[in-house]
Amino acid sequence: MENKIVAKNVNLHYGSKHALKNVSLDIKENAITAFIGPSGCGKSTFLKTLNRMNDYVENCKIEGTILLDGEDVYDEKVDTTVLRKKVGMVFQQPNPFPMSIYDNIAYGPRIHGIKNKRELDRIVEESLKAAALYDEVSDRLHTSALGLSGGQQQRLCIARALAVQPDVILLDEPTSALDPISTLKIEELLLDLKDKYTIAIVTHNMQQASRIADYTAFFLVGEMIEYGQTKDIFSIPKDKRTEDYITGRFG
Amino acid sequence: MTNSIFEKRKRISDKSMSFFIYLSSLLSVFILVVIIGYILYRGLPVFNFSYLMNTTSIINDTVGILPNIINTLYIIVLTLLIACPIGIGGAIYLNEYAKNKKFVDVISFTTEVLSGIPSIIYGLFGMLFFGTFCGFGFSILTGSLTLAIMILPIISRNTQTALETVPKSYREAALGIGATKWYMIRTVLLPSCMPGILTGVILAMGRIVAESAALLFTAGSVHVLPANIFTHVLSSGGTLTIELYLQMAKGNYDVAFVIALVLIVIVLGLNMLAKLITKKFDVHEVKN
Amino acid sequence: MLRSQFHIELNNMHVELDKMCHLVIEAIDRCVEAFQNHDLELAQEIIRNDKAINDVERSVESKCLSLILKQQPVASDLRDVSTALKVVTDLERIGDQSADIAELILEMDEKDSYLMIEHIPSMARVAIEMVTSALSAFHEHDIQKANEVKKHDREMDQLFEEVKLELVQIVKENKDHVDLAIQFLMIAKYFERIGDHVVNICEWVEFNQTGKVNDTRLI
Repeated sequence: MENKIVAKNVNLHYGSKHALKNVSLDIKENAITAFIGPSGCGKSTFLKTLNRMNDYVENCKIEGTILLDGEDVYDEKVDTTVLRKKVGMVFQQPNPFPMSIYDNIAYGPRIHGIKNKRELDRIVEESLKAAALYDEVSDRLHTSALGLSGGQQQRLCIARALAVQPDVILLDEPTSALDPISTLKIEELLLDLKDKYTIAIVTHNMQQASRIADYTAFFLVGEMIEYGQTKDIFSIPKDKRTEDYITGRFG
Repeated sequence: MTNSIFEKRKRISDKSMSFFIYLSSLLSVFILVVIIGYILYRGLPVFNFSYLMNTTSIINDTVGILPNIINTLYIIVLTLLIACPIGIGGAIYLNEYAKNKKFVDVISFTTEVLSGIPSIIYGLFGMLFFGTFCGFGFSILTGSLTLAIMILPIISRNTQTALETVPKSYREAALGIGATKWYMIRTVLLPSCMPGILTGVILAMGRIVAESAALLFTAGSVHVLPANIFTHVLSSGGTLTIELYLQMAKGNYDVAFVIALVLIVIVLGLNMLAKLITKKFDVHEVKN
Repeated sequence: MLRSQFHIELNNMHVELDKMCHLVIEAIDRCVEAFQNHDLELAQEIIRNDKAINDVERSVESKCLSLILKQQPVASDLRDVSTALKVVTDLERIGDQSADIAELILEMDEKDSYLMIEHIPSMARVAIEMVTSALSAFHEHDIQKANEVKKHDREMDQLFEEVKLELVQIVKENKDHVDLAIQFLMIAKYFERIGDHVVNICEWVEFNQTGKVNDTRLI
């Protein structure tokens, strides 16, 4: 499988805090890569470096290179709008905008200049279908997205991310606020989506990583301790710290 | 002590506190009712629609407050036109763009102080700075500029509070999908903040309507009908409140109560309008 | 330590498993002793004790399944639990075969039957040695030791062949000894089977450490 994203020696400082220490890791195309580790280990921080969401954090300094299809994400010439069109993001709390379902999905395409009504209609329908939400909301596209259940809202957020036709989807603990059934629905969805997209997911739920991820990386206090195929990480991890973490001997 | 749930204790402090709180709320409603009732009682019998249509003129021997009503509306609109962009813009800058935390704190502190200054001081400053130094003289413009400074803290403070209540997740979602910062503010933040911003604007309007001290030496007290809607900006004009003050000073209580009546109607109207608009703009209300 | 309940349960399971190992070693030891001394009393006891081994097996199995159900173990914990589940089967078989041998002893009346067939005492010795070292390898997670033990199985198989030849010879010489020969053959076969189960246990020692059995990845 091809490497979609290649991170080399990434170091990140928040002020005096060294939040990522020399992280190198390749994210494979059309696969799900999970980042696990205890709170504050840097897994979310690392995820956010991939589409430069850390740009908005004060006193945040990044060194090293992150290549997306061979192009340096942190190059001066990079237009973050285009970068984030390619590398979309879904967050922990479902965060639909306080607008209609339709406008939520159309938000991204509108940023990128799509105004044509018919074109938008098509994108909205396709995105909702891809996120397995269309059947549930097709009769109320113009009602507020805030009226949806938590699980539906999160699938809406995934649909919103899909609407700009990204290559990569980053998910930051997308199911931690959801009930088990909604969680399983999202997991099913991600497994469906990986044929078309490259997916990176931060999760606190180790079972989730073992259920859906092809590759898993374990982070600990800013370091990437171990990275490999998920089945290796969860059956015979090489590093004692990985073993201790996934078996619950510390955390 | 027995452990039965039937041993109901008498909690005296609890009961007396609830009674006290109940009494306080009753009292505040009562005071409001008495004031409005008294104004209605004194104002209604002497009220005549001719007051609303006429100008006070010794030559024509007419008494009326039409120019004051027009001046009041004029000043409201003009002041808001000046203060809203600055206040909202400033709040957006402080909340979304400013990186220096100390600077933001200093500005916020200044704003708080500004809102505590007695209005007569604004009047004094407005008269000397806008009136004399800038050469706008006794005019509606001078009055509006002075009031604009006075209501800036209200608008800016309310906008800031509204911005603070917009979840971080909305910002992340918009930026994460490729929106530029300004696009995000325009399409997500401002619509979500609309109720909060409007609340500030309504409060500010109340302040404008109520103001007398700051206007007496800036916009003046002239009560002639505007000759031209645009040049009127640079002419002197007294608001209802000013006129009320002058009428009381002259002992014309009947006219004073009519003005009070009109003022109360305007204030109630504004409040109702505010409620309506806030509801209409509240994006969080799920409409199905 | 996190998941203390999990580790208490895991530990309880290991305690039961150790107990089972101990019972099985005792069974095979006594079995040979009863055979040697033609101690019918002891043979009876072995048969009775086999029930205890079966009970412990059930207890370990139930503890393992409950761990899987409630705790979804991963990594070394998962390997521990699945190893335990597999090993108890072989342990139980070894216990069974010891009891089967004890039953055959009861049917024999010759006082010195143990020494009648030259290679049977060797088989008994090798069996005890294999079971004991395999279980200590299992206990110590010692793959090398386990691999050593596996080699003894060839010795066991050879001994079985020798015993067969001896028995054929005996039957050829005197047709009246057919019954006895069959009994000895069965005893020899039970010892040989014990060797096979020991080899299985040794394989699980490897799995427990590497996730592999004979170089094939299982998880």
